[in-house]
Amino acid sequence: MNKTVRQWAIPTFAIILFLLLWELLVWANGWPNYKMASPTDIGPAFVKYWPLFLEYSWDTLWRTVVGLVVAVIIGTGIGMVMGFSRTMRDALYPLLVGFNAVPKATVVPVIALLFVGQHDFNTILIAFMISFFPIAVAVSIGLSTLEPEYRDILRSLGASNLTIFWKIALPKTLPEFFGALKVSVTLAFIGTNLMEIVEPHGRGLGHLFDSGKINADYPLMFAVLIALAALGIILFYVVVLLEKIFAGWAERSDGY
Amino acid sequence: MTNLIDIKGVTHAYKTDKGPLPVLDGLDVSVKEGEFCAVVGPSGCGKSTLTRLVAGLMKPDQGEVWLHGERVTSPRSTVGMAFQNPVLLEWRTILDNVILPLEIVPNNMTRADREDRARALLSLVGLDGFEDKRPSELSGGMRQRASLCRAIVHKPEVLIMDEPFGALDAFTREDLWQTMHALRAEEPFTGVLITHDLRESIYLADEVVVLSGRPARTQYRMDTRLDGRTDIDLLYTPEVATMLGTLRDQIKIAQGRSATEDAL
Ligand SMILES: Nc1ncnc2c1ncn2[C@@H]1O[C@H](COP(=O)(O)OP(=O)(O)OP(=O)(O)O)[C@@H](O)[C@H]1O
Ligand SMILES: [Mg+2]
Repeated sequence: MNKTVRQWAIPTFAIILFLLLWELLVWANGWPNYKMASPTDIGPAFVKYWPLFLEYSWDTLWRTVVGLVVAVIIGTGIGMVMGFSRTMRDALYPLLVGFNAVPKATVVPVIALLFVGQHDFNTILIAFMISFFPIAVAVSIGLSTLEPEYRDILRSLGASNLTIFWKIALPKTLPEFFGALKVSVTLAFIGTNLMEIVEPHGRGLGHLFDSGKINADYPLMFAVLIALAALGIILFYVVVLLEKIFAGWAERSDGY
Repeated sequence: MTNLIDIKGVTHAYKTDKGPLPVLDGLDVSVKEGEFCAVVGPSGCGKSTLTRLVAGLMKPDQGEVWLHGERVTSPRSTVGMAFQNPVLLEWRTILDNVILPLEIVPNNMTRADREDRARALLSLVGLDGFEDKRPSELSGGMRQRASLCRAIVHKPEVLIMDEPFGALDAFTREDLWQTMHALRAEEPFTGVLITHDLRESIYLADEVVVLSGRPARTQYRMDTRLDGRTDIDLLYTPEVATMLGTLRDQIKIAQGRSATEDAL
């Protein structure tokens, strides 16, 4: 089989098989759709609410992406400060760990009350808060474990710290950075949805899920889950694509 | 000829948790322009420290380092460095790795000039055809060759090498010794070579300096010029065997054992 066919055909086949098994499972057990909706229940839900799906998916998507971008900027900043300065690392690390240890589900209602009605802001804030930590840690570890010889090669030529950062520290940290970004993108997505579900009168797929629950529209709830999975896959693979472009060199040529 | 490198009474100590650790103690070394000086000594005696001082990466507590009549107080672009670990950048091709110093050191070369210069050097060390490969696609010896090219691509006056062939097998190492001679024939530079291999020091250097154990002083110097000959068979002549014997005795003394005591 040629490579592109493999790349597309096998996953597509796997998804179809999964949907068939799901349908079969529901049918064999005779479950009603409020217990477990089947793919054939979900189709109509999509058709019925199609414009809402488009609109709310967009809301969820852009909020997640903005939250993630903020997380990348601030996470990288914190990571750089911690990576270059021992003192800052010692000072910030316990704070960050403590901050990260608080389950974000408990922070969501607090934020929702703090900035009542600021749906976009709240959602982005949670997406950011939940996802910046892995980035900060990866960047700081990448920078602080830079072998002194790499630095010396450039320093002995009279290069400035900024040059050393651009030419060596940054590119060398990219693989770690993208590894963390793959975790963060999923986390940011969770954060977005947590907030959308909790906030009254909000928007986004999380809100659609909540209204499905309130109206006991179970196929709609399942349809939202499917839409979320699709969106999650898209986000993840965009990161994978960026990784290929910017840190493709780190991939072993004999890779699996 | 004048001295290109002058290390005068250099004393240095590292600050550690357990107080200062004296590493160099009133060290004197000078290297004439165009010559190669090999520095040997017991492990941990301060050889790498010496290279960092010459490169201007650190300042000595006492004493002075002079390069070409100028006192070294900070890094300067007239120095090239090569380490035991070739430290090539994995995200760059071999060619771009060699070009790296030309991107840092002020010069008015165009991209094409830089590529030509790097290609010429790579070809000199036998790496034609590997310009577009990634470092991980090369063997250890080939990587070290590329690393040497990078160290001299900007035509430094001084090449500082810290055990550059230490991690290579014996055959590859001998190949690289010959490459080193080939490079010197094409590119005039003054060299400081830190090594653990006494044969290597005799074959490559014009003078060998033996450092005492920590804190290091200059314990012994030996003129090892071999009438300009560079064939490897030279290493098996009685003349070189005598030199080796003397150096080995000096190392034993530096390690704190008597010269007559039999090793092993
Ligand atoms: N940054 C540092 N801080 C504290 N001590 C150091 C530092 N660098 C080196 N040392 C100590 O200084 C001594 C000399 O180190 P150096 O690396 O110069 O030795 P060396 O002669 O190059 O050893 P080797 O032959 O094993 O490479 C060693 O005992 C080492 O532990
Ligand atoms: Mg050393």
